[in-house]
Amino acid sequence: MTEHEHAKCRELLGFLSDYVDGTLGEQLCQEIERHMRECQNCRVVVDTLRKTISLYHETAGPADLPNGVRQRLYRTLNLDEFLR
Amino acid sequence: MNEASDTPISIEALRRGDRQEFARLVDHFSPLIYRLALKMLGNEQDAEDVLQNTFLQVFRHMKEFEARSSLSTWLYRIAANEALMLLRRRRPETALTDNLPDEEPLEEPAQFIDWCCLPEEELLSAEGRARLDEAIRLLPETLRVVFLLRDIEGLSIQETSQALGLSETAVKTRLLRARLRLREMLSTYYTERLNAGSTAHD
Repeated sequence: MTEHEHAKCRELLGFLSDYVDGTLGEQLCQEIERHMRECQNCRVVVDTLRKTISLYHETAGPADLPNGVRQRLYRTLNLDEFLR
Repeated sequence: MNEASDTPISIEALRRGDRQEFARLVDHFSPLIYRLALKMLGNEQDAEDVLQNTFLQVFRHMKEFEARSSLSTWLYRIAANEALMLLRRRRPETALTDNLPDEEPLEEPAQFIDWCCLPEEELLSAEGRARLDEAIRLLPETLRVVFLLRDIEGLSIQETSQALGLSETAVKTRLLRARLRLREMLSTYYTERLNAGSTAHD
């Protein structure tokens, strides 16, 4: 990797969250995409960053509260009568 | 979901001290707050303490809620503070050194193997899921809380900034740092899995 390309990688790194979230302006998106066509490392970083976030989304699942925890919470709050 | 649980929670009723409405609030938000606390603290007993303290605080301070942010953001704010306070009480010596100032340059990526092609059953195996959780626990707490609110609880950047009392710029910087660190940690693990797979096929 040449010095110039590396500086570009650094410059674009700060925009990657917005890029993968789809909240980055069009001009910067184009710049990132142009750079990625020439830079294999940045392509991998973007793809694996996206995958990292999507794995966390997939595994988050519906939030679950164990029954014992729920009962003790209602008792602490004096809400026993509303326990279903 | 029944009809009653579809009705939005009434802030007016909560302010009047309506206990049934408070029970609905607890019912709706307690699983979310417990998940946040569990992932923040990595310990069921601590998570339960944070859950109970959060709703005790809500109960005490409901009349002070000014609706400048949404009710859920306010709840997350109380829960995040409770979790951070508990962590700092436990580990006062690491609380500051562990956390990078926002002005520090971003850590440059060091892992460049593409592991996205691994099959889903490998990515989300029991061991893979355990590594995902472990990676969150290895984040400094100031990055961890931002990542959890934004990417696990699904708050927007604006809501996350309200919940944590941070600027949106600080939230964005911390979110990017958190995601990049998680990517590095997962890359280390999944690259091993890739190599193990290719050795097995030789």
